[in-house]
Amino acid sequence: MNQIAPERPKVDTKPEPSLYATHQKVYPRAVKGRVRNIKWAVLVVLLALYYVVPWFRWDRGPGVPDQAVLVDISHARLFFLWIELWPQEVYFLTGALVLGAIGLFAVTSLYGRLWCGFTCPQTVWTDLFMWVERRIEGDRNARMKLDQGAKGGRWWKLKLSKHAAWLFIAMATGGAWIMYFNDAPTVTWAMLTGQASLSVYGFFALFTATTYVLAGAAREQVCTYMCPWPRFQGAMLDDNSLVVTYRDWRGEPRGKPDTAHGDCVDCKACVHVCPTGIDIRDGQQLECIGCGLCVDACDDVMAKLGREKGLVAFETLKNLAASQAAVAGMEPGPARHAAGMAARVPQKKVRPRTLIYSGAILGVVAIMLGAWMLRATLTLSVERDRAPLFVQLSDGGIRNGYTLKLANKTRGEDLHLALVLDGPQGLQLTVQDTGEDAAGRPILTTRDDGITQWRALVTAPPGLRLGDNTPLTFRLVDGAGRTLVTQRSAFMGPRR
Amino acid sequence: MPTKIEKDSITGQETTGHEWDGLKELNTPLPKWWLYTFYATILFAAVWVVLYPAIPVQGWTGLTGWTARGALPAQMDAERARQAPILARLREVSAEQIAADPELRGFALAGGRVGFANNCAGCHGAGGQGAAGGFPSLADDDWLWGGGFEAIHTTITHGVRAGESDEERGIAMPAFLTTGMLTQAQINDTAEFVLSLSGRSTDAAAAERGREPYAENCASCHGEQGEGNRDLGAPRLNDQIWLYGGDRASVVRSIAYSRAGVMPAWRGRLDPAMINMITVYVHALGGGE
Repeated sequence: MNQIAPERPKVDTKPEPSLYATHQKVYPRAVKGRVRNIKWAVLVVLLALYYVVPWFRWDRGPGVPDQAVLVDISHARLFFLWIELWPQEVYFLTGALVLGAIGLFAVTSLYGRLWCGFTCPQTVWTDLFMWVERRIEGDRNARMKLDQGAKGGRWWKLKLSKHAAWLFIAMATGGAWIMYFNDAPTVTWAMLTGQASLSVYGFFALFTATTYVLAGAAREQVCTYMCPWPRFQGAMLDDNSLVVTYRDWRGEPRGKPDTAHGDCVDCKACVHVCPTGIDIRDGQQLECIGCGLCVDACDDVMAKLGREKGLVAFETLKNLAASQAAVAGMEPGPARHAAGMAARVPQKKVRPRTLIYSGAILGVVAIMLGAWMLRATLTLSVERDRAPLFVQLSDGGIRNGYTLKLANKTRGEDLHLALVLDGPQGLQLTVQDTGEDAAGRPILTTRDDGITQWRALVTAPPGLRLGDNTPLTFRLVDGAGRTLVTQRSAFMGPRR
Repeated sequence: MPTKIEKDSITGQETTGHEWDGLKELNTPLPKWWLYTFYATILFAAVWVVLYPAIPVQGWTGLTGWTARGALPAQMDAERARQAPILARLREVSAEQIAADPELRGFALAGGRVGFANNCAGCHGAGGQGAAGGFPSLADDDWLWGGGFEAIHTTITHGVRAGESDEERGIAMPAFLTTGMLTQAQINDTAEFVLSLSGRSTDAAAAERGREPYAENCASCHGEQGEGNRDLGAPRLNDQIWLYGGDRASVVRSIAYSRAGVMPAWRGRLDPAMINMITVYVHALGGGE
C-alpha cells in the first residue's frame, strides 16, 4: 500500500521574529522647491498666529478682560473678539469643532492629507525642530555621521546646544498656551517673577514637556502609532482624491539614466527627504503624511537630468491607473511619457462624498449662524417647587412656589423688568423681596453679566377651582411694554 | 528558539503563526517605546500602591500616611476660614437684617437650605412640606407660633416643649376625657362645633350643643371664633389646615386625649449663624410674615 504523505506548507526557518520593533531614527535631508516653500509659509503664519494672538487687545469697557482671545476659566467666560460666551453656550464651540471635522473630511476627500502634511501642530512643530536641528548639527549626512561617531567634545557641544534650543522653543510654546487662559502680560510677568500660581507652572511644564517630547523625540511615531486620524482617513479618500504618488508607469524599470530604464534613477532622494522615513515608490502607505517633500526632491533630480518634472506628484489614483493602462507594453522613453500623460483626465471634484461633505458643512454653518442670530442675551428659567408640589392655605386656596433665574448676558446695564403671569384669571403672583411698578407688577432687577435668582409664589384663591395641572407662562416686559422673554411652567393642585 | 516562520504571500509580511479558520495574523510589531510606556505605567501603579492607601485593609495608609479622611479636616478648616468673615456677620445681625442685605440673604438662603436639609427635613420634609401626624408644613401661610423672623428664630432656638428653658414653647393642651373635664358626649358635640367654625359641620344641632363646652374649655386658648393664639401655640380652628387631621374622628381624638408636638431646642446644637440662616430660609419657604 502506498501511503500518501500530506503536503506540508513551505516555510522558512529562522529565529522567532520580535513582536516589538526597535525605533529606526529618521534623518530627513533638507529640500528646496515649491511644496517646501508653501510649507515654510504655512509654518510661519501658523506659528506667528499661535505665539502672537494672546497679545492682541480688545477693549470691552471697564472691569472686563481686554484680551482679544481669552478662555477665562475662573470667571467661566470665553472671549473671542466681540463674542463673549457663557459656559452653557459651549455648543457654539462644539459647532466650530464639528465644522472643523467635516471640513477636514471634505479637504481630505479632495486633496488628501493636507492637514497632516501642512497644518497639523505635530507636523509644524516637528518641522520647526528639524530646522533647528539642521542649523546646529548639519544636514542628513552630517547628522548620521555625528550619531555614529564617538561622543567627543563636539558631540556634546552640538547636542547640548540643540536640546537647549529645543527646550527654549518648547517653553515658549508651553508659555503661549497658558496665555490663552490668562491675561497674557500679567501671567508672563507673574511667571517670570515667580508669582504665578502652581497650576500655571504645572500646565506650563506639561505643555513644555509635550512639545519637547512630541516634536523632538516622538515625531513620526506620533503619526504612525498614536494618532487616530490616519486609521480612518482611508474612508475619506477615493480614486479621485489627490495623493502623493510615484508614477511607476513612468519610472520603472529603475536604473541608470539610459534608454533601457524608466525615469527613476533610484537616487533615493525621495526617501532621504521623507520626514517619516518611508519610500513613496512602495505605493500608498499609512505612514505617508502627504507633505509632498518627495515631490520637490524628485523634481529637483528630474530637472538636473533634463527630464520632465512630476515623477512623484500629487496625483489621483484614477489617473495613475489610466496612465498605467495607456502605457502597457511600451518601452521607456519620451513616447511612453507622452502617452501616459495624455491618458490623464482633470480631477473629478464633484462626487457624492464631496457633495455630502459640502452639504453637511452648509447645514452646520446654517444651524450655527441661526443659533448665533437667535442667541438670547436675556434668559429666564423657571423651576417649579417639587417639594411640596403645592401648598394648601388657611383659607383653602392653593399655592405653588417657583424659583426664577434671570441671566443677563449683556455688559454695562442693569435691567428693570416687570414680571407678568399669563394663565387663568384670578391667579395671584407675588415675588419675594422686590418692588412693584405703577401697575402693581413685580419688578425684577438683574445686574449686568450675571444671574439673579428670585422666589415667586402663585396663589389660586379658594373660589378658583383649577385642575391638577394648569399650564401658565411667565413673561418679562420692559418699560416700553415689549415682551423680552417668556418661559412656560405649570400650576399644580389637588386632583378634583 | 528557532521556529517556523511563514510569510504571507500577498504582503510579503511575516505572520505570527496564529491561524483561525484559515485567517492568519500578520506580525505588525509594536514599537518598543510603546512597550516601555506600558512598563512605566505598571511601575507607576506599583509606586502608587506603596505610597498611598491602595489596599483595602483597615489601617493601611501607604508610606506617605495620606488618607482622604485625614485630608478632610484640613480642607474643612480652610473652608471654615474662608467662610469665617461672613459667618461672623451672620452671627451679629438679626435674621430680619440678613434678609434685607442681598449678599447676606443669598448666602443665608444657600446655607439655610443645607442646614434645613440636615437638621429639619427629617420631620418637616424636604422644602418644609410637612408630614402627617403633627409635623407642620412650613411652606404654607399658617404659623402655630408665628411666622415673623423673630418668632421663627425663637422657635428654632428654644424648640417646642423641649424642656430647654423658660423661653421655650411649653404650653400643652389638656386631655379632656382622661382628666374627666368633659364627658364623651360633650366632646363629640364640641368637636362638631369646632368643625362648624370652618364650615365643615354636618350636624347643626350637635354643633349648637357644643358651643357652650367650647366657650368654657377651649376658647381661652383657641379663641372665641377659633382664631387661635400664637403666644400659646394654639392652632387656628377656623381655617382649612388641620395638623392632626380635619375629619370628625380626628378632632374628637384631639380633644379627648390632647395633642402636643415636640421639637428640640437647637441652641447649643447649631451655630447661631446657622440658626439665623435657617430662619431666613424657612421664612422664604412660604413667604413668612
